[in-house]
Amino acid sequence: MEKVFSSFDEAVSDIFDGAVIMVSGFGGTGGTAQNLIVALRDHGASNLTIISNTAGLASLMGFGTLPGHSAIDCGILIDNDQVGKLIASYPVSPSPSKINSFESHFREGKIGLELVPQGTLAERIRAGGAGIPAFFTPTGVGTELSEGKEVREFDGRSYIMETALKSDFALVKAHKADTLGNLSYKGTSQNFGAVMVRSSGISIVEVDEIVSPGQIESHLINTPALFVDRIVKR
Amino acid sequence: MLDRLPREVIAMRVARELKDGDIVNLGLGIPSLCSQYVPEGRTILYHSESGVLNYGPMAEQGEEDDDLINASGQFLEPTPGMSFFHSADAFGMIRGGHIDVTVLGALQVSEKGDLSNWMLPSRGIGNVGGAMDLAVGAKRVIVAMEHKGRHGEPKVVSECSFPLTSPTCVSLIVTDIAVISVEQEGLILRETAPGWRLEDIQNETEPELIPANDLKEIEI
Repeated sequence: MEKVFSSFDEAVSDIFDGAVIMVSGFGGTGGTAQNLIVALRDHGASNLTIISNTAGLASLMGFGTLPGHSAIDCGILIDNDQVGKLIASYPVSPSPSKINSFESHFREGKIGLELVPQGTLAERIRAGGAGIPAFFTPTGVGTELSEGKEVREFDGRSYIMETALKSDFALVKAHKADTLGNLSYKGTSQNFGAVMVRSSGISIVEVDEIVSPGQIESHLINTPALFVDRIVKR
Repeated sequence: MLDRLPREVIAMRVARELKDGDIVNLGLGIPSLCSQYVPEGRTILYHSESGVLNYGPMAEQGEEDDDLINASGQFLEPTPGMSFFHSADAFGMIRGGHIDVTVLGALQVSEKGDLSNWMLPSRGIGNVGGAMDLAVGAKRVIVAMEHKGRHGEPKVVSECSFPLTSPTCVSLIVTDIAVISVEQEGLILRETAPGWRLEDIQNETEPELIPANDLKEIEI
C-alpha cells in the first residue's frame, strides 16, 4: 500500500475523458489543490464534470488570495475547454461586468450547469460518502431550484429531496498527511475538501508536508486514512 | 431633500438587534459592517460559511493567511477560541437551526417577507452560494439594504419579481430611511430616519405600510 506519489503528473495520470471530478476549495487559494489542477490541465483529459463550490474566484478576482500572489483554480480547466459540465453554488463573477470563462462558455452553450445551494452541495457530497442516496432539505423550497424535485412534509414543514453526489476522483488540498493517509488541515481550508475525500472513487491530496505515522497527533487528525488514496507533497 | 442614512448607520441600527450570546452570520455588503457597532457588553459569536465560528477582526496588512478567510474572501485575524469545520458542518449549523440571526442584503423583499437576493433576471445566471440555506435555516433573518434600487425602483415590493431565495423568511427590514417589521397583518413601519414622515417612506415602498402605534425616529 503506497499512497505517496512523487509527482503531481503521476498522481493524475489515469484521469480519463468524461470523468467526474470534485475540486476542493471555498473560492480562495487556501484549500485549493493548485498543483494537481495544473497537472490535470497539462494531462488534458476532456469532457470532465467538475464539482466545485465556485468556477474559480481566486483566478478571476483574487478572492481569498494573498496580496501579490497569483492564483490557480479550476477556472484554468474551463479556460482550457476541458469541462463539459459544472456542479457549483457560485459559478459566475459577483459583478455582471466582469465575466469569467465559465459564463462565456455557458452563454455559448459549450458547458452545462447544475446550480446547487452551497449547503445542499456540501450535504450531497457528504451523503455520497456516507451511504445515503438521498435526503430531504428545507433549502430551496418554493424557489426555482426546487423545480422537478420531490416535495414532502415533515411536522408541517415542506422539504425537497436532493440526491447524493459521488465522483471518480477528488483533487483536494490539506496541510499535512502521514504516509498512511491521515490528514490535518489549517484554519478555514477544510471546507469542501474534507467532505470530498469521502465520496470520490480515488481521492488525490496535495499537502504542504508528509510525515511519519504518529507525527500528526491522533486527536488532531481531521480525515482518517481510509478516505485517502494518493498523497503528493508540494 | 431629506437625508438618507449612510451604510454605517444602517449597520449600527441592525447591530442593536444582536443580543448577548447570539450566534450570528453576516452577509456581504452592509451586513458585514454590523460587527463593528455591537453595543458594549454583548458577546456575539460570528459564524462564516467558510468554516469558522467566533472570528474577530480582519487581519492587519502583512499578516494575511489564505488558510483563514471569511465567506467574502477577507483575511481574518487569529482569535482565541475560534474553531474550524468543514462545509457540511458549516451548513449543518445553518440548516440545523443553530444560527440565531443572519443579516443579509436583498434585491427585493415582499410584503410577506419573501426574499430575492441571488439573481438579477437581466443577467440570466447567478450565484446562489449560501443564501438559500441561511434564509431557511437561521432563526431570525434581518435584511439590511438601501430602500430603493439604483434606478429608483422600490425594493420593498408587493410580490418579488426576481427569483426567490426563500418565501416568507424575513422578519425585519432595516434601510436607509426606515425600520419595518414583517407581521401577519402586513408591514409595520416601526422607525423612520430623522425628518421622514410615513408618506415620504410610503412613496418609496410598493405595499402599504402600517404605522406602529409607537412609530418613532431611529435611535442609534
